[in-house]
Amino acid sequence: MPAPIRLRELIRTIRTARTQAEEREMIQKECAAIRSSFREEDNTYRCRNVAKLLYMHMLGYPAHFGQLECLKLIASQKFTDKRIGYLGAMLLLDERQDVHLLMTNCIKNDLNHSTQYVQGLALCTLGCMGSSEMCRDLAGEVEKLLKTSNSYLRKKAALCAVHVIRKVPELMEMFLPATKNLLSEKNHGVLHTSVVLLTEMCERSPDMLAHFRKNEKLVPQLVRILKNLIMSGYSPEHDVSGISDPFLQVRILRLLRILGKNDDDSSEAMNDILAQVATNTETSKNVGNAILYETVLTIMDIKSESGLRVLAINILGRFLLNNDKNIRYVALTSLLKTVQTDHNAVQRHRSTIVDCLKDLDVSIKRRAMELSFALVNGNNIRGMMKELLYFLDSCDPEFKADCASGVFLAAEKYAPSKRWHIDTIMRVLTTAGSYVRDDSVPNLIQLITNSVEMHAYTVQRLYKALLDDISQQPLVQVASWCIGEYGDLLVSGQCEEEEPIQVTEDEVLDVLEGLLVSNLSTPVTRGYALTAIMKLSTRFSSVNRIKKVVSIYGSSIDVELQQRAVEYNALFKKYDHMRSALLERMPIMEKTASNGPTEIVQTNGETEPSVVEPKHPPPVTLPTNQGTDLLDLLGGNDMALAIPNTVPTKPASAGGELLDLLGDLSLSGGPAPTPAPSVPTSQPSFLLDGLSSQPLFNDIAAAGIPPIIAYNKNGLKIDFTFERANPNPNIAVITIHASNTTETDMTDFVFQAAVPKTFQLQLLSPSSNVVPALNQGTVTQVIRVLNPQKQQLRMRIKLTYTHRGSAVQDLAEVNNFPPQSWQ
Amino acid sequence: MMQFMLLFSRQGKLRLQKWYVPLSDKEKKKITRELVQTVLARKPKMCSFLEWRDLKIVYKRYASLYFCCAIEDQDNELITLEIIHRYVELLDKYFGSVCELDIIFNFEKAYFILDEFLLGGEAQETSKKNVLKAIEQADLLQEDAKEAETPRSVLEEIGLT
Repeated sequence: MPAPIRLRELIRTIRTARTQAEEREMIQKECAAIRSSFREEDNTYRCRNVAKLLYMHMLGYPAHFGQLECLKLIASQKFTDKRIGYLGAMLLLDERQDVHLLMTNCIKNDLNHSTQYVQGLALCTLGCMGSSEMCRDLAGEVEKLLKTSNSYLRKKAALCAVHVIRKVPELMEMFLPATKNLLSEKNHGVLHTSVVLLTEMCERSPDMLAHFRKNEKLVPQLVRILKNLIMSGYSPEHDVSGISDPFLQVRILRLLRILGKNDDDSSEAMNDILAQVATNTETSKNVGNAILYETVLTIMDIKSESGLRVLAINILGRFLLNNDKNIRYVALTSLLKTVQTDHNAVQRHRSTIVDCLKDLDVSIKRRAMELSFALVNGNNIRGMMKELLYFLDSCDPEFKADCASGVFLAAEKYAPSKRWHIDTIMRVLTTAGSYVRDDSVPNLIQLITNSVEMHAYTVQRLYKALLDDISQQPLVQVASWCIGEYGDLLVSGQCEEEEPIQVTEDEVLDVLEGLLVSNLSTPVTRGYALTAIMKLSTRFSSVNRIKKVVSIYGSSIDVELQQRAVEYNALFKKYDHMRSALLERMPIMEKTASNGPTEIVQTNGETEPSVVEPKHPPPVTLPTNQGTDLLDLLGGNDMALAIPNTVPTKPASAGGELLDLLGDLSLSGGPAPTPAPSVPTSQPSFLLDGLSSQPLFNDIAAAGIPPIIAYNKNGLKIDFTFERANPNPNIAVITIHASNTTETDMTDFVFQAAVPKTFQLQLLSPSSNVVPALNQGTVTQVIRVLNPQKQQLRMRIKLTYTHRGSAVQDLAEVNNFPPQSWQ
Repeated sequence: MMQFMLLFSRQGKLRLQKWYVPLSDKEKKKITRELVQTVLARKPKMCSFLEWRDLKIVYKRYASLYFCCAIEDQDNELITLEIIHRYVELLDKYFGSVCELDIIFNFEKAYFILDEFLLGGEAQETSKKNVLKAIEQADLLQEDAKEAETPRSVLEEIGLT
């Protein structure tokens, strides 16, 4: 068989391939040749073949069939073979495969080889890819080599030891004796690797750290070495741009950092040398700056005296002015780390930092933005905000959301005046409106309601913004909400802060209607707009126009919009007397914790548009004149019409569940009065109980409270069974059981309930909405009633279902609750 | 420590890969692909550092080759640039004005040089001279070994030619 082609030959050939397919063909051919050569156990050319295989592996082709061959090469006596064999092992073998363990014996032998270059190969391979098992087996050999006087081997052994410790931390102890006089070596290679080894040991074990601090007096030794490096003259061997062995200097500084952290004595011992390095290092090249960088990090981390800290921050300040963007980046990163602890010192460099906002590099801009927000305080808020808003205008989209949020937070904390605050918000909404986070809208609305004296100004500015641009949804949503609330202030021209604009009711309604029809408006925005129009019916005189708009949307395809329109229509038709009360001005909302779950504010029943889209279609069975539904159930004036008033924030888990719950309620039944935040702590448990404990209440055997028949008509019978919820005795848990004695099923069965004002009701999901015929099964549903005042329980229920092809609807009152259920 | 070093051309072809952490072939390929894409997308005016996953990536372009290192949070980015530069200097001294082709055709030598300079993701020798000396000696050893292998003709053996 002809000799396999040489490596260079193969490379040349493969590079002539013009297409991927051609290359693949050549590779496959060569691989086949190599495979047969391997099969023949050819010792002469094994090395060459494996080398070729490694080349093909780098191109991305599979080479696993060469793994064993690498092992054979390692076992060979020829240096060339070993060299390629070890290289192949490092490239092709990995510790997941058991085959790598076969190397262990070879490595062991080679670690004791007579030629140092072979020993070197073994140490290198072990130190790069040795698995924990291998490390355990060979740690002893490594430790022996750590004590040799041959610096070539000693330095490799040190790094090999580092790898062993990383893989098998328990073995750290055994290397301790060998470290005793590592630092008295003159050879820089050994010094460097020794410092790395000591660093690894100190980082991993506090005991080691303490030992090295006290017993070994490591700090003075390191200080001495560092001093020699700085003070000694030019050393051609280790010089880099006029600095002597920067690599070693940097590692020493890093080890000093670990030794000095939280330790006064050590920190004091290194103060002088740190000051010396900080002042004497040449800063014209990257190399000097690398050392200064490490020095600064060390100064900031140890217990350095304040003068030194100021020196460090000033170095960073100078870095910020450096032409080299890498240096600027590093400076910003370091300043970000120190801004919490050395706030005042960093403040001095604020203007430079703010200038970095205009840098071209994305990473630098991001760092500068984060740092700028960290530096904002009551004194510099106006100036900083100007810069940050300018940045918001011109930055890339990836920054806008974070920047906008940052601006809102900063404005909230440090706003010098309410007007300034509102102006800032306006600016953000108009410039980065589409990037603003969803939770900002309710937060802003809450903020606006709180600034009572600014209402007129706010609504005027928002109105003007709307005239310009209706594409940015958060802006449009806030604006429509405000117009709905404060539209009367707008048309009466009451603004104090700036020149009041003249605007008529019709113009305002034009704008809002424009939002409804515009393609740019999302469904959520349309909801806001419709509600705003409705609110204006009590503030404006052009009620007829509003009535017309509302009734048009009663047949909107958008189900949410349709539902609202129909309900508002009902307000006009049957409940006109309630309308003004319902649509009154909102009271000031309580601010929840910034990350808190959704807050439900009980107002006089004002409908608040929910920003979160309902996740379900409303029940199909509800007849088209839905206006009668909600309000009918409650009838009379003693029943409360409290429609949930949600201020959704970002879905913190409790909030999400809350919304789910409310969604649940409207699916399964009528309005459920939701608890106001001012009610004491029994409230949260009430809601959360319901969410987690659904299966518990299928238990029909009540705690001794007799069941009642709540309804029995036309073959539909509904029983109520009772139970007390354990944590809260004020809560009665009622399970309804609906059964059907007729011969046909009752489908689309929906049960709804309403209770008097002093009670609160929670309706969980029904088991199904088909009541099977002939008592073959029941539909169960759980009702939880909170009765803090222990009044007599009354309930109005409404049933809708389809039976024998026709829709059936019935209302009833349940008055026969047993006293035990509510006492 | 350095977790890995990659050398690749402007077309995204890998010229050298040194891994100091154990990863499967598949993972290595994935990381390589992603990182090559990210680095090649950077504009020339941007800084040499970027954050990628939980690592810091330090890269520098020398002629047609990108040298890309992944270091850990504690490591000094600026000195890593110096390490990259030192490696290029070593290659340059060894090959005499190194270019990409040298590394393509002598990739195994590039690895040997790297293995004399770094070990386990850390620098083992800070003197340029010492690294080059070690490589030279090892090469000589290789030559001697080859010498010993070369079959000699009968006449050569007797010493007549």
